[in-house]
Amino acid sequence: MLEIKNLHAGVEDKKILKGINLAINAGEVHAVMGPNGSGKSTLAAILAGREGYEVTAGEVIYNGKDLLDLDPEERAREGVFLAFQYPVEIPGVNSTVFLKAAVNEIRKHKGEPELDAMEFLALVKEKMKLLELKEDLLKRPVNEGFSGGEKKRNEIFQMAVLEPKLAILDETDSGLDIDALKIVAAGVNKLKRPDNAQLVITHYQRLLDYIIPDFVHVLYDGRIVRTGGKELALELEEKGYDWLIQHEAVAV
Amino acid sequence: MSTATETIEEFVNQEYKYGFVTNVDTDAIAPGLNEDVIRLISAKKKEPQFMLDWRLKAYRHWLTMTEPKWQKAHYPPIDYQASIYYAAPKPKKTLNSLDEVDPGLLRDLEKLGISLNEQKRLTGVAVDAVVDSVSVATTFQKDLAKHGIIFCSFTEAVQKHPELVQKYLGSVVPYNDNFFAALNSAVFSDGSFCYIPKGVHCPMELSTYFRINTANTGQFERTLIIAEEGAYVSYLEGCTAPMRDENQLHAAVVELIALGTKSEIKYSTVQNWYPGDKNGRGGIYNFVTKRGKCLGENSKISWTQVETGSAITWKYPSVILQGDNSIGEFYSVALTNNYQQADTGTKMVHIGKNTRSTIVSKGIAAGRGQNSYRGLVKILKNAANARNFSQCDSLLIGDKCGAHTFPYIEVKNTSSQVEHEASTSKIGEDQIFYCNQRGISTQDAVNLIVNGFCKEVFRELPMEFAVEAQKLLGVSLEGSVG
Repeated sequence: MLEIKNLHAGVEDKKILKGINLAINAGEVHAVMGPNGSGKSTLAAILAGREGYEVTAGEVIYNGKDLLDLDPEERAREGVFLAFQYPVEIPGVNSTVFLKAAVNEIRKHKGEPELDAMEFLALVKEKMKLLELKEDLLKRPVNEGFSGGEKKRNEIFQMAVLEPKLAILDETDSGLDIDALKIVAAGVNKLKRPDNAQLVITHYQRLLDYIIPDFVHVLYDGRIVRTGGKELALELEEKGYDWLIQHEAVAV
Repeated sequence: MSTATETIEEFVNQEYKYGFVTNVDTDAIAPGLNEDVIRLISAKKKEPQFMLDWRLKAYRHWLTMTEPKWQKAHYPPIDYQASIYYAAPKPKKTLNSLDEVDPGLLRDLEKLGISLNEQKRLTGVAVDAVVDSVSVATTFQKDLAKHGIIFCSFTEAVQKHPELVQKYLGSVVPYNDNFFAALNSAVFSDGSFCYIPKGVHCPMELSTYFRINTANTGQFERTLIIAEEGAYVSYLEGCTAPMRDENQLHAAVVELIALGTKSEIKYSTVQNWYPGDKNGRGGIYNFVTKRGKCLGENSKISWTQVETGSAITWKYPSVILQGDNSIGEFYSVALTNNYQQADTGTKMVHIGKNTRSTIVSKGIAAGRGQNSYRGLVKILKNAANARNFSQCDSLLIGDKCGAHTFPYIEVKNTSSQVEHEASTSKIGEDQIFYCNQRGISTQDAVNLIVNGFCKEVFRELPMEFAVEAQKLLGVSLEGSVG
């Protein structure tokens, strides 16, 4: 589904990604772990299409399409979803209006009929239960007055409603207490299907106790230095990133 | 014209939806302004002597006045002698019913989206269509007359209800109030007149559409609305104008009188005059004096405006709160894009006891637009227990526009309570990207955010206007981001 080939990217003069190679197939859960500054969020931002980054080499193929050639909203309509690390507030814009607009843009793109208010509310009610969100949340402006945990749950809630093919979770666990973490992880797990894939970006192994990855990639200084199964995450937790770096041949 | 020029003209024409010209016989006089022109206008309208006298008094006073320059908007000097002060489409015969309206005109009115037939059948809104300063058709007169409501063109009111006009004209905006009011008082051509008798709640929203047609015709509307004790009326004003290169002056005067106890007038405007092209060429000058007087105890006047058009918008719909317990409200969304300029706001003058005023002003600046809020909250010495709440918010789109605020607060009574809140914000890139990532295009994201920003004001508009207003904002903001 997603093929990242030799991706080099940076901001202004600074090189951040130095040759990423990563392939994700449908039905798989990939975890990307790494210390601060390794380029995790940059990778997420570039996949989502955020401005401000320059891709200097390499390509990203998503379902046969050149992903980097598409505008962010086009990528979203093609099924790419980013659960933001720091979800932004949009005062004055009602959450229901916002989400309904998003749902209908995607449906329009797929040639499906748009949902009216009643149909949308029905769809949304069951998903809210999935993430244990209070119904009145939808009446508020997007993310306004939401606690950190509510914001993260709102991200996964939107994911549940939009049903993406490729979900990129950017440090979804940061700022969450253990209970919120369990709810979010449970939500993510329920959304897993053979025809979609998840890219979980995280700092800590803890999230991966609940969202079990098929593959774990360690990102360090802009490169994937090791790939393994879920045990790799446990090893990292035990021994730390430094151990791994020392034990890997890192080409400069 | 070379093919290149033609193509550009076509393209530019497309962008302003209402940029077309009616090819109807126009009965226009030569450009220029002098006493003879005024006598001619009065004669064409078959006005009684008092009206001509008033016009002449105003004109003579205007000659002694100097054009004000304190506003934060710049424009080249206006040549008052270069405009035509009267132009009316020649009616083919007396209009008794819609069937007799000039078909070319009717077609144009339909293009404007206000087919009178449609209006009559579907929305029940009475429409007094004013084209080039003369009312063409007035519908619903008979239905309204059953309630004792008078709703007609100003010209007709002068002829049929001269005593009312004579009594109230100029009582809120005297002819010597300001430079443009004086000019208007001298040469006003037409507008709306509305009188709601005691205890009558006007059963439908009254509305008027304006349209400037002939080049170099300044529009000088005059509207007068009077509500007696316990009366209520909601009036909608919506404007469109065709494209022109020469600037056109629009110096209207609107007077509202909430005469009796518990009377209420709600005046809503959606203004969409031609704003000038992307380089600031052309566009309407909208220099308007609008004022309401709450004379009756417990009376109320609210102004709601959505101003998206005009090259320059210069207006301060105000309320004089004379009656005890009277209420004044001002809700405004003003948008400036490309090279538009706006200097708008309100004046709330508290005179009686326990008076209240609410001001909510939302300014949106995009492109190279300059948007200024200028407001006055004035509480006189004997205005005990006056309360005012003002909120003025600015939204900046892009980095070449400007938002300015000039609040004036003059309080001469210590029992009053005056609150003023202000905020300035930008549409953040992060917010746009968040919307993008959910499949929403940047333009739609801007519209969502702007509509959210304007919600409080849109809520005050009658529903059909609210929908038009939202669409209008969307069209006006096209291309403002990215």
